[in-house]
Order: sequence, then structure tokens, then C-alpha cells
Amino acid sequence: MNNIVFVNIMRFFGLLLLQVLICSNINLMGYINPNIYLLFILLYPASNNRLLFIFCSFLIGVIIDAFLDSGGTHAAASVLIAYIRPLFLKFSFRAAYDYQSIKFSNTNFAQRYIYFLSLILIHHFVLFSLIVFDQNKMLLIIKQTFYSSGFTFLLCLLIYSLFSRKEA
Amino acid sequence: MQQLFNYFIKNKTFVLFSLLFTIAITLTVKSHEFHRTKLFNSSNYVVGSVYELSNSISQYFHLAEENKLLLEENSKLKSKLFNQPKYSPVDSILEEPYNLNPAVVYNNSYSLTDNYITLNKGLRDGFKEDYGVITSKGIVGIIDKISSKYCRVLSILNSNSNINVKLKKTNHFGTLSWDSKSAGIVQLNDIQDLVKLTVGDSIITSGFSSIFPANIPVGTINSYRLNDTKDLYIIDVKLFNDMTSLKHVYIIKNTDLNELENLNQSDE
Repeated sequence: MNNIVFVNIMRFFGLLLLQVLICSNINLMGYINPNIYLLFILLYPASNNRLLFIFCSFLIGVIIDAFLDSGGTHAAASVLIAYIRPLFLKFSFRAAYDYQSIKFSNTNFAQRYIYFLSLILIHHFVLFSLIVFDQNKMLLIIKQTFYSSGFTFLLCLLIYSLFSRKEA
Repeated sequence: MQQLFNYFIKNKTFVLFSLLFTIAITLTVKSHEFHRTKLFNSSNYVVGSVYELSNSISQYFHLAEENKLLLEENSKLKSKLFNQPKYSPVDSILEEPYNLNPAVVYNNSYSLTDNYITLNKGLRDGFKEDYGVITSKGIVGIIDKISSKYCRVLSILNSNSNINVKLKKTNHFGTLSWDSKSAGIVQLNDIQDLVKLTVGDSIITSGFSSIFPANIPVGTINSYRLNDTKDLYIIDVKLFNDMTSLKHVYIIKNTDLNELENLNQSDE
């Protein structure tokens, strides 16, 4: 039990620093940056205290906002996906979720991809809608959502497969 | 009352979610209004120190480039010095009201719609909000948030940035803003369609505000078109500065700023 808490605390700070010091300065093709801190929210244990989980998601979002001077955009998007996450867990890992026994390392690829991709897409759409904050620039929002989500998704899978052996 | 409490306890997840979501949205809305965000920005002490640490490592990678820039600027200044007239009259009227102070860029963004730059100078170095920031090549932005050790600069690559500039050749002035598309191109608005424009003309600061002195280079005309009402030009200005690789900048301190502010306040 303590091990899980420790892993999550390390993940919180590790991903936070990685995000603000490296990933937000990549600027692929001028503007595409991956938001890998989402891994913290995606991989948080499924059987959890939801209040604490939502609050942690808010915290990581708000700290990243402070670093990137983006108001409360990351915080809003993070809180939203933290709140709707059970819905997607149920949708992606049907049987396992019903028995409250999800271990991400035990799930198969397709399920995991759907779960990652759907939450990442929602997160980025909310994020860029709030960053651009102009309904006349819908095309810009969709374009940025699409590219950044792809990049984030790719990096998340890479990082996840790099470190996944240790957990479980 | 009991029922109300019960309701909250039953839906505590949703209540917490709505609370945090509202806070986040409020922060977002406030950040879109100019000069409002107080708590969560990069002039904050903790954030500033992390950027300071990161910069102390990454600055080594840019040393060669920075040396070249300094050398270029030195040679320019030296040539100015050698060609100065021999006698200049001593008079307090001719004292220069602007001081330039070097600062180091800790964090620079240029790919968002609202970009900010964090510098290593703050209140304790004698700087205040609304001081201008330039490089040897052109303008960078205006300080909009300041703590004791760090400050945040509202970059010209920000949708809230409005800076008064003019055409070097004809002295027609307008407002410089950014359409958040390309990090090298900003827009100059409010130039009348009577003015004759040529691609490649220089744009410089107008000196109407107390923030920037006149004649600081900004960029050249890249292309121009008429706006929707067909009476004003929208000019795409190619910046002299490369906003994507800022390392050393200068903060402009206007020694007459207090006097000017007092003068303007006495009107009201």
C-alpha cells in the first residue's frame, strides 16, 4: 500500500518537472508540445479515494499553469478528466472494472489505447478551447488538439512501456 | 437544513469537482484580462527558482551564440563612439532619461496564443511594472508582473500586447499587436490607406509612451493588406528580433517616469 502511495508521489513530481522543464519547450513544428503529466491522471490507481484524486489532478494542473503562465487552463482540463475518468474506465475495461481489480499492466493493448486516447483527446480539446478562448477560431483549436494529442499519446505510450515492468 | 447537508455529502465528489473546476475557469478568465492574475504566474518565488536552476544548466549551451551577439553589438557601439563629435555641451537638459540594464531570460514561450517571458530581475533591483524590455536588435515586451527577485514580461507575441510604433520613413504611427499565428511576424494596425507603403520599410518605436524611447528598431514590412472596412492597413511586420532564442535582454528604466506619472495624474 505504501509502495503505491510512494510511486504516485514520485510520479507527481517527476512528471511535473519533466513537463515544465523539457516537454513544454519542445515546440515541434513551432507549436506542438506534449502534455505528459496526463500520465499521472491516467495511471492513478482505479480503486481510490475520488476526492483526493480530483484534488491531486487540480493541484498538478494549477502548478503547471503557474509555470506556463496559462491562467487555469491546465487545471480545468485536468479536473474535468479526473472527474469523468470512471466512465472511461468502465467503457474500456468493462469486466475488470466491475470487479474493482484493474491493474493497468494486466489489461490488453487495445483497451489501454482506447482509454488513453479518449481521455487525452478530451483533455486537449478542453485545454485548447480555454487557451484560445475564442469560438471563431474553432479550426485552430481542433488543429492544435489533434496534433498535440497525437504527440502526447505517443509519448505517454513510450514512457509507459519504458517504466511499466517495475509496477504491477 | 439537514437535507441540504445530506445532499452535499451524497454528492461530495460532484461538489468538489464543480468547486475546483470553477476555480480553474475563474483563473483562466482572469488571465485573459490584462493585469489581473496575482497568485499563479511565473514571477512567483518557487516557480522563479526552478527556472533559475534550469537556466543555470542550459545557459552553457548558448554561450557561443551569445558571444557572437555581444561582439556584434560591441563593434556597433565602438564605431558610434569613434565617430562622435569632439565637443558636446554640458547641460542637464541633455541628460539621457533612459537607463539600460542587462537581464537574463529564464523562461521564454512563443508557441502559445499568450506568451510571457520570465527574467531574473525584480523589485529589489529597482525595477517596476511597465518597464520596457529590448534586445540589441529590437523590442521584446513590457514587464507586467514583478516579485522581489523575478519579473514576468508580456511579450509582443501576446494577444494583449499593444505597442505604439511608427514608420521610419513617413512617421505615420499605429499599434503593434499579434494575431498569434507566427512567432516571427506581428501586425501593425491603424495606418491610414493614404500612406504609401513599400515592402521592406523599417518600423521603429514612436516614443509617445514613457515605456520605450523613440527610434528603437522593431522590424520591416513583410506584406500589407486593407482591413474589412477598406480604410486602414493591416501590415505584417517581420521582426528583427528572433523571439524564439532570447537569452540576454535589456530592461529600460525611465528616470522621468515618476514625473510623467505625476503630471498625468494631476489632470484627473
